[in-house]
Amino acid sequence: MISVLDYGMGNIGSITNMFKWIGVDSKVCDNLSSLESAQKLVLPGVGAFDHAMSRIIDLGMLETLNHKALVEEIPILGICLGMQLITRGSEEGKMKGLGWIPAEVRSLPKSIGLKIPHMGWNVASTCMKSDLTDGFSEKTRFYFVHSYAVFCDDPETSIFKTSYGVDFDSGIQRGKIFGVQFHPEKSHRYGAKLLRNFANL
Amino acid sequence: MNVLRPRVIPSLLLHGESLVKTMRFGKFRYVGDPANTCRIFNELEVDELMFLDILASKEKRVPNFSLLREISTECFVPLSYGGGITSVDMAEKVLKIGFEKVVVNSAALRNVDLISDISDRIGSQSLIVAIDVQKGWLGKEHCRGLSGKWNSGMEPVEWAQFVQSKGAGEILLTSINREGTWKGFDLELVTKVVGAVSIPVIAHGGAGCISDISNAIKVAGASAVALGSMVVFQKKDMGVLVNFPEQQQLQKALA
Repeated sequence: MISVLDYGMGNIGSITNMFKWIGVDSKVCDNLSSLESAQKLVLPGVGAFDHAMSRIIDLGMLETLNHKALVEEIPILGICLGMQLITRGSEEGKMKGLGWIPAEVRSLPKSIGLKIPHMGWNVASTCMKSDLTDGFSEKTRFYFVHSYAVFCDDPETSIFKTSYGVDFDSGIQRGKIFGVQFHPEKSHRYGAKLLRNFANL
Repeated sequence: MNVLRPRVIPSLLLHGESLVKTMRFGKFRYVGDPANTCRIFNELEVDELMFLDILASKEKRVPNFSLLREISTECFVPLSYGGGITSVDMAEKVLKIGFEKVVVNSAALRNVDLISDISDRIGSQSLIVAIDVQKGWLGKEHCRGLSGKWNSGMEPVEWAQFVQSKGAGEILLTSINREGTWKGFDLELVTKVVGAVSIPVIAHGGAGCISDISNAIKVAGASAVALGSMVVFQKKDMGVLVNFPEQQQLQKALA
């Protein structure tokens, strides 16, 4: 059973829909007690960095999330803003991130004639062997919508790279903690494959 | 620097619980069942899918939320919906169901503040303003609402600049004269509007072959194209066949 965290940051229906489509049991987790019992967690998110961190803190979920990730070490997958929250922090806001993976979030370069947000299908190249990227060819198309991107301190924690004016880390991993910048739930069979890999962990 | 390949978007017309295809906004032809058809498009790996309930505003109907919910459980590509959206709450509800973008036309022509209200709440990246343009006998072009039935009197370039200033994230530019004709996009119209705004323009109306798509993008400067007849019929005046160009074919034509 996969728990999808609903902390009021964007739509999670598409994620549970896709789990249903690929035959994986999932449920929405929107309170502390259901978070405490989660065995595998998806951390989604659309919106502003500080707003998301404030929501997590206001709902009293910060400590439990840290416990789940760092003590219980359950598999966790951050998607889009959810991936960015896993880092130290973002140029977009002032608040600290969850800090589970040493990385930072910076604005995509604005001055080179590329439209921001980076919105549409782009290629993610696998750059590290990982359970999440198992069975993927070197280059895969995924759907992206974002204005800020993750840059890892340690190249060993990068599992996907994407280029849009700059090379950024579109997939990250440390232990059982994962993050992807693109939207697997909107990337048909490639996204389905990735979520299936996560379900199989 | 790497620019993304321009998007190619099937635009599917809802009429009640069915999908139809029109010609010049009239002459309805039954195409199929929405959920079934979008299941096929999902397998064809289209870039995005757009659903337009073409008579909703004219018939004063609200969006058919249960049908949209059904679509969102079958389609795992970015989805947009237009038709009968007259309030911010409705727009939010569509997004909550699992759609990425909403499309407004008639309601925005009547109440221009709706554009900024929706854009402020859900973000401009989630708002497409549709502009349906008809060219009259003397070559004068006007933006129309209510499935082309109502002439707003607005001139396309002026209206496009205005909706951009109000917070539209994209423009779906439809040529009523070309819609469903397979004669190619109205490149002159697309060029004119693209040159007047900085937000992406989706060319719509008239596509009949791959070279029409590349003309809209390379000659007229559109950021994306929406396809109707081409992706639901075998050929002009032939039977229904849900189809989509191969990735490689698009890559080659649009590179």
